[in-house]
Amino acid sequence: MQVTMTVNDVEVTREIEGRLLLVHFLRDVLGLTGTHSGCDTSNCGTCVVWLDGEPVKSCTVLAAMAGGHQVRTVEGLAKGAELDPVQQGFMQCHGLQCGFCTPGMMMTARALLNRNPDPTEAEIREAISGQICRCTGYATIVRSVRWAAVHEANAAAAVTETTESPEAGEIDNAGRPAGSVV
Amino acid sequence: MQVPAPFEYERATSVDHAISLMERLGSTSRLIAGGHSLLPMMKLRLASFDYLIDINDLHDELGYIEAGPDELRIGALTRHRELLESATLTAAFPIFADAERVIADPIVRNRGTLGGSLCQADPSEDLSAVCTALGASCVIRGPGGAERVVSMEEFHVGPYETAVGDGEILVEVRLPVRPGCGSAYEKVERRAGDWAVVSAGAAVWLDGDVISDARVGLAAVGPNTTGIPEVSAALRGQTPSESLFEQAGAIAARSCDPATDQRGSADYKRHLADELTRRTLRRAVERARS
Repeated sequence: MQVTMTVNDVEVTREIEGRLLLVHFLRDVLGLTGTHSGCDTSNCGTCVVWLDGEPVKSCTVLAAMAGGHQVRTVEGLAKGAELDPVQQGFMQCHGLQCGFCTPGMMMTARALLNRNPDPTEAEIREAISGQICRCTGYATIVRSVRWAAVHEANAAAAVTETTESPEAGEIDNAGRPAGSVV
Repeated sequence: MQVPAPFEYERATSVDHAISLMERLGSTSRLIAGGHSLLPMMKLRLASFDYLIDINDLHDELGYIEAGPDELRIGALTRHRELLESATLTAAFPIFADAERVIADPIVRNRGTLGGSLCQADPSEDLSAVCTALGASCVIRGPGGAERVVSMEEFHVGPYETAVGDGEILVEVRLPVRPGCGSAYEKVERRAGDWAVVSAGAAVWLDGDVISDARVGLAAVGPNTTGIPEVSAALRGQTPSESLFEQAGAIAARSCDPATDQRGSADYKRHLADELTRRTLRRAVERARS
């Protein structure tokens, strides 16, 4: 069968088998290997991509089901050469160790911040609760997402040239809000 | 790598179109909604079909939560996330939000649907217990648009088996709205997002300080997720009290039929059925009073 979908703003049409899973379509047919394939059983979440802006586990979605829809993968997170604040946060706060879970973690984090620009640690942990870091590096992942949230808030404030105190939203080098007690 | 056996993919554009496709393709076809129960079964080759009919495009038609004076109606394609985030549903039946918070994980909840959960009819599935506790009825549409309405007890025929026949589709779940209702759900799981070791849901209707009706639904304690009529009978006409909840818990424990498996021993699961029945009844009564 033929399927046409939009992946990272580019329309693609391919001849596929009905049983082809979206994760394999992205990796093996399109060569977008940033999306990882982990457990195959919708438990680990490294295959998370967006379907019409919502994170889904692409090992449990048929490629055919994405036909006519918008898919975004980790390759579509940066704007050209400019990394997304979530990607920058993972760099700044050591949000990845082996890196296997990272694409899924970042796609979920970006979707969370789109809905909730200032999530608490508990909200971040809930958002990534369907994803497994096999290095168990959750603390730094949470800090990375907080870094992105604070960084984005600061950037937005700078753009609008608000008269807020310059300390507002500042964070320490571990990605925690300034003055927070850990 | 887990991959389903080959099948032909079809996409329905309306409920009637889905029914006509099923009529044409026969019993070797199956509807797929969120796919988070069906695709894992197909990957494990526990299920295999010649045709899958994708009904996700019917979300406009079958994704809704509508409160009426006598009943609250939920479209079968309403996703877990929509159930969790619905203020209307949480206000009327907080048991839904209790359960949805512990069903799978937020990403899976973006895809999975109410109808898919009920049609999977897994004995460990949470929403079947929720709908059982609330005395829900299921609207099934078949060829020619004919609709029939069945109770949860009639809907759930057995493990992985429902009253939905060939060429039929579950289109709506109806929850009766009666005054004085309180409801609650509790689940014990080994880790976040896992299937239940045991879950219990309870709904109580108070008339003054007397229980006019009460229902309990359990999950993961035997092949069939059904209500326990004996619990309802023991609670009706009584004033809520700890000793009454204890009595209900004891009935729940002896009425279920859990198996020893990797999630726990049968004895432990009976203990949970008892304890969770008490806890959910206690909270349901608190909510009915507030």
